[in-house]
Amino acid sequence: MQRIGVFVCWCGSNIAATVDVKKVAETLGKEPCVVYYENYQYMCSEEGQNKIINAIHEHKLSGIVICSCSPRMHEATFRRTAQKAGLNPYMVEIANIREQCSWIHKDMATATEKAIILGRAAIAKVHLNTPLQAGESPVVKRALVIGGGIAGIQTALDIADAGFEVDIVEKKPTIGGKMSQIDKTFPTLDCSACILTPKMVDVAQNEKIHIYSYSEVAAVKGFVGNFDVTIKRKARYVKEELCTGCGACTEKCPQKKVPNDFNLGLDNKHAIYIPFAQAVPKVATIDPDYCMMLKTGKCGVCSKVCAAGAIDYKQQDELVQQQYGAIVVATGYNPIDLKNYDEFAYSQSPDVVTSLEFERLTNAAGPTGGVLLRPSDRQHPHTIVFVQCVGSRESGEGCGKTYCSKICCMYTAKHAMLTREKYPDTEVYVFYIDVRTPGKNFDEFYRRAVEEYGVHYIKGMVGKVSPENGKLMVQASDLLDNKQLKIEADLVVLAAAIEPDPSARPLATMLTTQMDTNDFFTEAHPKLRPVESATAGIFLSGCCQGPKDIPETVSQASACAAKVIGLLAKDKLLGNPCVAESNELMCNGCSSCEKVCPYGAISYVDKEFKMPNRTIAVRRVANVNPAVCQGCGACTVACPSGAMDLKGFSNSQIMAEVDAICK
Amino acid sequence: MEQNNFKETVLRISGVNPKKCMRCGKCSGACPNYDEMEFHPHQFVSMVENGEIEKLMTSPSVYKCLTCFACVERCPRQVEPAKLIEAVRLCVIRQAGQNHLKPDQIPEMLDEDLPQQAIVSAFRKFTK
Repeated sequence: MQRIGVFVCWCGSNIAATVDVKKVAETLGKEPCVVYYENYQYMCSEEGQNKIINAIHEHKLSGIVICSCSPRMHEATFRRTAQKAGLNPYMVEIANIREQCSWIHKDMATATEKAIILGRAAIAKVHLNTPLQAGESPVVKRALVIGGGIAGIQTALDIADAGFEVDIVEKKPTIGGKMSQIDKTFPTLDCSACILTPKMVDVAQNEKIHIYSYSEVAAVKGFVGNFDVTIKRKARYVKEELCTGCGACTEKCPQKKVPNDFNLGLDNKHAIYIPFAQAVPKVATIDPDYCMMLKTGKCGVCSKVCAAGAIDYKQQDELVQQQYGAIVVATGYNPIDLKNYDEFAYSQSPDVVTSLEFERLTNAAGPTGGVLLRPSDRQHPHTIVFVQCVGSRESGEGCGKTYCSKICCMYTAKHAMLTREKYPDTEVYVFYIDVRTPGKNFDEFYRRAVEEYGVHYIKGMVGKVSPENGKLMVQASDLLDNKQLKIEADLVVLAAAIEPDPSARPLATMLTTQMDTNDFFTEAHPKLRPVESATAGIFLSGCCQGPKDIPETVSQASACAAKVIGLLAKDKLLGNPCVAESNELMCNGCSSCEKVCPYGAISYVDKEFKMPNRTIAVRRVANVNPAVCQGCGACTVACPSGAMDLKGFSNSQIMAEVDAICK
Repeated sequence: MEQNNFKETVLRISGVNPKKCMRCGKCSGACPNYDEMEFHPHQFVSMVENGEIEKLMTSPSVYKCLTCFACVERCPRQVEPAKLIEAVRLCVIRQAGQNHLKPDQIPEMLDEDLPQQAIVSAFRKFTK
């Protein structure tokens, strides 16, 4: 028989205002085996915890029930309290009378009644609790960073700095991400490449960091501390270890009409290419969709000019297996496709560009060598219209995004300011719904664009852009002047909303981690655990978690690294003892549990059983690996013979709770 | 029809929730007949929200709207200003008298040349 103690928390007025805590404690005190009950203002406070410890000692309690907030909040706290008093931490049960009771009810009588029922269910469960011991598992001292943009780079550098091995998997031929495509950064206007490329070189030179460029994560198995990852190294038809990055092949390649994705298709590249001069690793890659040798077997020029003999037309995709203790997701963002915004004539005129395309048009390494020219006729534009919030802040019923993309107000102010500085004869209009510039020195930056650089900021939205006689007729509203404006523009720049990279969703499935409806990864807690996912050992860095500018991304990337280092610094991790267990005598060997297990924790073994009349039978039975099992309970539901049970949440415990509630 | 019920009537007829408007002005940016109107699409939305329906009912703007639905198409928050304008027009019609269309009156109004669409439009206009 158990000796149970019941502790009812007021949580200040959070619970006590709607639940009669004294009545709950007294009523539950009359339940069988309850030998002690108490109510107190803050059970989680030091004073409250001491009350629990003293009661365990004085009344020789074998199990305790805390009626308080959600177990997500303080279950760990009260388990530690029990442990301090010498009680097995798994003899503690929490009845959630705050989130699931006092916060959602207004009537004291009904809320009190419900709190009693919830407490009774927890008592019924404690009756059947058994002490559980957590197993230990070792930690692989190596981290995987998925994505090699500024977020992934910063996280990898910080983890390596603490002395741990880091691998970066980047799907493009070079690391650097979006930041390598940007010209200048707000609000200080330093050259993006000048501050990024030294970091890229640091990554390349760091002995602890290994880059898998032009690679993707193909499969993830295992659990925190022991992830088993398969990395697909896509064939680049160039031997990475031999290529010196001299660029001779990229100059001599006769196939020159390949759209240059690094310049967003604004110019062409060769079929064998190095994305940009400071690429890391500086290794050539062949685009198999355009290479004549790969398509027709006739050419081979690059192979002839390569002094290092690095070209390998027969190269195949390669799979690499590697173990990691922690995984960081840093998959980043992309501007949305504007094909559904035909009112802005994006698909009708080459002179309607996205803001990222505008970055390339002003970048010294871009298609125009940094001279701002219209894509259509390579003339200098004299009137430029910037349109904000294209695809952001929409109702969600159309093709746009419901969220604010956060970075557009600032980069548009930057574009407008830089244009006016370099080309003072250019008229620049910015159409805005709201100007959102929270951030250090951000609003001052925007005001400078207006006051010192004479950018025309107009509160209103562009309704229509129509190409007419080589110009772009922009029709827009000016809400403050209550006018409709018609501007003859040379160039229209659209601040397209940003969305998570398409690789994020399949990755989330592989990592069994959560995403929101916009495909941004969900953090474990929006305030208190912003860089961890809800899945242990998976961390979030940069825009994969939500829109962010560079300063914020770098801060988050370093925070993420700190969390990874904290994990990798441990030699052993305490496991979750609430794992599945198979009753071999009841198991019929059907494999249902093996098929539903998302962690691959269940295998089948042939085992000898003593049968009547001294005979022996060999039967096939399920076997759970407790180190791999995460305690999700899928197998217990799938098992047709009732052989599978979850420790700490056994079928009999759950039925006892249901019975107590229905009593 | 009582004066303070106008707003409620307009909202009911149109099915529009003017509170969804974020004041971006894309409707007025898109309007092809903007200069002809005294009150512009974005003003319609805020005036309905403020209950200034009578002002709209007496304004020629109601009839200058081409009902091209450009504002409905472009609105990023699906506020649908043109539907509000149509609802204000219906308020004016109702104010003018009890001209609800009664089913038994219909057969004598029909002839072979009447397009079917006109009958459907009439129902829409006179039965709300």
